[in-house]
Amino acid sequence: MSKKLGWKELPFGDSIKAGTAEQFETGDWRSLKPIWYADRCIHCMRCWINCPDSSIEVKDGKMTGIDLKHCKGCGICAFECPVKKPGKAITMEAER
Amino acid sequence: MATLKDLSKKKELLTGGHRACAGCGATIVARQVMLASDKPIVVVAATGCLEVTTTIFPYSAWNVPFLHNAFENAAATLSGVTAAYEALKKKGKIKDDINFVAFGGDGGTYDIGLQSLSGAMERGHNLLYVCYNNQAYMNTGVQRSSATARAAHTTTEPAGKVKPGKDRFPKDLTGIMAAHNIPYVGQSVIGMVNNDLIKKAEKAFSINGPKFLNVFQPCRLGWAYKPEETLELGRLAADTCIWPLYEVVDGVWKLTYKPREKKPVTDFMFKQERFRHLKKPENKHIIDEIQNEVDRRWEELRKRCGDM
Repeated sequence: MSKKLGWKELPFGDSIKAGTAEQFETGDWRSLKPIWYADRCIHCMRCWINCPDSSIEVKDGKMTGIDLKHCKGCGICAFECPVKKPGKAITMEAER
Repeated sequence: MATLKDLSKKKELLTGGHRACAGCGATIVARQVMLASDKPIVVVAATGCLEVTTTIFPYSAWNVPFLHNAFENAAATLSGVTAAYEALKKKGKIKDDINFVAFGGDGGTYDIGLQSLSGAMERGHNLLYVCYNNQAYMNTGVQRSSATARAAHTTTEPAGKVKPGKDRFPKDLTGIMAAHNIPYVGQSVIGMVNNDLIKKAEKAFSINGPKFLNVFQPCRLGWAYKPEETLELGRLAADTCIWPLYEVVDGVWKLTYKPREKKPVTDFMFKQERFRHLKKPENKHIIDEIQNEVDRRWEELRKRCGDM
């Protein structure tokens, strides 16, 4: 029987780069599409903090859009949007 | 707590493109907990939905150092990471302060990982363990766990002619962790308008020593509800006192949320298909049984927290 390897000689298992899932597009899962009305938005960030797919785009404390490459169309953003008049700042529409 | 506007200026630590269900609550838990940290962060996950969906080879959704070992030993693995960190820090090879977090589902925490969690807490490592509790083994196809709600339909204890779903109440893991007399134990839920989870995670990160957070996480797959209602169900769990929000800091119990009006448990349950069979008139006594147990546990908690 050959000599067992010590922990320093053991081959390295595997390590992959961080954050690469961004290259994988899950947007084609969607059957409902969020539509954002910039003029109604009050930038409260409730959609951003509650998005499971990190798909609300923000810059300098303001919402700038929706990342449709990754959004799965769950509708949480539209449901949580607190804007009432003249209507929610995000609504869901059927994907064609 | 920093405002959401300030938090939104931070780097996103969990990217999109992971393969969790649309409307998944587990990734919301992970994002909010990591946002609460003002230091670099190292994450270990137990096997479970969060780990499986975010790290499908060759992709990883984590923008932080991430380690997965096995189902039962997230807490033990993270203990080793913190021990290595402390040794390297003593030698001067690392200078940064780092926060260490483990994420485990209720299967990996209530059942399979309980002994390694208990061990890590007793040894006093400086880490935060977050249990995202969705009340069953969702990743493998909705099997019953010891966190599963009474009378809930699961594939291993299905509702049918023989019996109406699970016949036991879930165990009180937060209480078990509080009995370890660690510096911080908290029970939270996603969806609260006051950002309860982020506040508790921030508080936990500010404390040195072992910390535990039990976070209730609605699961649209296993609970079978409309995907946009994930956070609404979280709020309803708190409002019905099925999942009371409290924390235990250095042995002092404190309620952090008291519903203005305690809602009946059916408000929470009848939004979900896993309790569908309880709508039948012959199962009315089970609803009463659940309501009584929820009331009893709520009153007991209020007494402990000095609220009455």
